[in-house]
Amino acid sequence: MTVGDWQAMIRIGVDVGGTNTDAVIMTGREILAAVKVPTTADVTHGLIDALQRVLDEAAIERAHVSLVVIGTTHFTNAVVERRHLAPTAAVRLCLPAAQCLPPMVDWPADSRGAVGDHVYFAQGGVEFDGTPIASFDPTEIRRIGADIRARGLESIAITGVFAPVRADYEREAASLLQDECPDAFITMSSSIGQLGFLERESATILNSALRRLAQSTVASLCRGVAECGIHAPMFLSQNDGTLLEVENAKLFPVLTFASGPTNSMRGAAFLSGQDDAIVLDVGGTTTDVGLLHRGFPRQASTTVDIGGVRTNFRMPDVFSIGLGGGSLVDDATPVPRIGPASVGYDIRRRGRVFGGDTLTATDIAVAGGRTTLGDPARLSDLGQDLVSRGLARIDQLLESAVERARISPQPIPIIVVGGGSILAGAHVGGVPIIRPKHFAVANAIGAAIAQTGAEVDRIYMLDTQSRESALANAEGEARSKAIAAGAIAATLNVTEREDVPLAYLRGNATRVRVKVVGERAL
Amino acid sequence: MPRLITASDIEALAIGTAILGAGGGGDPYLTKLQCLQELRRGRRVSLIALDELADDALIVPVGGIGAPSISIEKLEQGEEGLRALRALEEFAGRPATALIAAEIGGGNGLTPLIVAAAAGIDVVDADGMGRAFPEMQMTTFSIYGHRSTPATLADERGNVVLFRSVASEAWYEKLARAAVVSMGGTAMGAEAPMPGSYVKRCAVPGTVTRCIELGRLVQEANRDHHSAIPLICEREHGVHLMTAKIVDLKRHLRGGFSVGEIHLEGIDAHVGDRARIAFQNEYLSFERGSTIEVSVPDLIVLLDADSGHAISTDILRYGQRVAVLGLPCHALLRTPRALEVVGPRAFGLDTEFKPLPEMTGIAGPRSV
Repeated sequence: MTVGDWQAMIRIGVDVGGTNTDAVIMTGREILAAVKVPTTADVTHGLIDALQRVLDEAAIERAHVSLVVIGTTHFTNAVVERRHLAPTAAVRLCLPAAQCLPPMVDWPADSRGAVGDHVYFAQGGVEFDGTPIASFDPTEIRRIGADIRARGLESIAITGVFAPVRADYEREAASLLQDECPDAFITMSSSIGQLGFLERESATILNSALRRLAQSTVASLCRGVAECGIHAPMFLSQNDGTLLEVENAKLFPVLTFASGPTNSMRGAAFLSGQDDAIVLDVGGTTTDVGLLHRGFPRQASTTVDIGGVRTNFRMPDVFSIGLGGGSLVDDATPVPRIGPASVGYDIRRRGRVFGGDTLTATDIAVAGGRTTLGDPARLSDLGQDLVSRGLARIDQLLESAVERARISPQPIPIIVVGGGSILAGAHVGGVPIIRPKHFAVANAIGAAIAQTGAEVDRIYMLDTQSRESALANAEGEARSKAIAAGAIAATLNVTEREDVPLAYLRGNATRVRVKVVGERAL
Repeated sequence: MPRLITASDIEALAIGTAILGAGGGGDPYLTKLQCLQELRRGRRVSLIALDELADDALIVPVGGIGAPSISIEKLEQGEEGLRALRALEEFAGRPATALIAAEIGGGNGLTPLIVAAAAGIDVVDADGMGRAFPEMQMTTFSIYGHRSTPATLADERGNVVLFRSVASEAWYEKLARAAVVSMGGTAMGAEAPMPGSYVKRCAVPGTVTRCIELGRLVQEANRDHHSAIPLICEREHGVHLMTAKIVDLKRHLRGGFSVGEIHLEGIDAHVGDRARIAFQNEYLSFERGSTIEVSVPDLIVLLDADSGHAISTDILRYGQRVAVLGLPCHALLRTPRALEVVGPRAFGLDTEFKPLPEMTGIAGPRSV
């Protein structure tokens, strides 16, 4: 498949959010249609509705669709709300190391309660250079398997010390445990995350605990697409903005945790044509702020908290400020206070401009002439002074958010998306903003343009090879992995490349991480 | 009377040790969890003040040694510190009376609590730095003549190494590092016991309690939505040097240390000010215009301008809004003898040490 073939493909992107399901249909860089419908409790019906409407609006034959990509926050919400988490056996390959803190030690009590306290320690961890800490013992693993079966647990999470460096003991343990527990869902930490033991283990346990939910949810999504008469390949979008195969989505639901903010930022990049920019996604209650680098969200370097559980996923470095279209305006102080309290999605009932009695940031924006909405006559009693002070406060909040998101003093474009983006004036901090067309469906567009990627994260000994050759080796391997995953070689780009020397280690040990992404062949 | 440490003390202590880390010392997250785990197991941690120590008490410094990038992945077995301690006691022919941190700043500030809980002995409310420094010989214990050896190192497998005698402190560092690498990159160490009389003269007093109090100031300020920064300055008799934004950040690795400099531009009450901070694991000097206003061994502390939580050198980033505080170090670090080891010139800065006004209520340099 060539790049030209890819450009001719008809792609559908869907964002299944908590409130709305958005769908867009695209070919190449062109957006043929975009729709927004309410999300339904069963997910499937909202999805079918959105798909049918967007196909009708674009007048596209179902048979001509070549790709469907769905982004969903379903699994994140399950963790946050502690729903549908299955009891899970946490098996740690570590002995004699790593007995000082048990699995899930830093989880909130209710989450730990939801997955149960089924904890096993065994040999099979390795040192940073891959040598075993103590020899792997199959008998020990079988005994653990028998106990897991006796307890009737259906989910198992295996985490080995330094498994990202050497994963074979996790694989052996998985195969032995599967023999003992043929129906169990098993997740290995080496398939989930990077160095940082407790955080990777927690992510692995969450993943296993979500496997049953993932099976049924992903099946519902597939059914929705099929019932719509679309037989094109379907994918989910994952944390880093790349495609996740349906079968892998069932195996690794945690890989979708951050797809929401990632898709909105990737969509913003696409809509504005800017690959390096600060993105402000203004919603009803909060504004999410992040930085785009080469078309992808800049990743957080620290741990990420999902429903109170620390994980070390690569997540977009996005922070929220309490400013949205529904933010309450309190004029009791000389500088009016705006947010963080908000009427949220209730703005169309409670906002002054819509006939309600609550003064919101949207009312200030309308009175200040930044947008036309509702009935401006209802705002005639607002003093000009309050309006200008309110606008100044909004600008101040946005400007300080932009400053916080910057990583260099160089001028950088500012893209504003989301339903609340009407709050922004023409400039933020002296920089003209970009408010692209279709800003309200940036999420679904981010899903539609998802690519295929691969990553290599490994420790190299630089006494036997140069830094350049280590980086080249890692990049070569990442490229091969990406092509094996279906990427078109000519479209592959390196999106992340870093090398971190490790203090105190012999052989000049350096951790090298390279990630490549490209368009997917079908 | 030694006082019992509670779980809420430990949460506060971890915030405080990060502040006194002055940019270094490592993340206290894992050692904090281990301390809390010891309490959940029903073990007790108690703190004894310097003036309660008998002159002939035997005080042992304990701490983790090795690469932080390994310790976040290969967690401890849990009793390494106890094994290192027991081996040292066996060699000394006497049990330890209490344990002490060599460095209160960062993760190792909490390590003695974990080992003491297992050993059933007290932790001394003091340490050998009153902050964090990059090298082990930078403790007041070493500066005033105590040798680190005999010392022990223990790993998770049950290996225990005794450094019976070494030619110099530099040889100890070299041999210990080789042993740690063979053990897989991390180990727990116990160093030569000190008599109570020496510790009373040469340790920085009250630093565990101080960190707990600092942590509580930050927690309470966050709960009540006011700023912790003036409270920290007041508590530490420090100076709020600047509220600023990081406008440039240069960083590289040299000999295993994270070395670099930060450029700051004043905000709020400090608009128009420009300053530069040099760091090597810890913050070394604060220079406004062309004047170095604060330097090691005084503490330069960067706090998140909103939350009051410490910002270490490994999480610095462009655009952060920070409050820069100068906190006076203890008088024990200001003697000519100490300045040779931890003064500006010891870190390659071409300047004399100009001390911040001293903390009131603490005597000047004592003869040691």
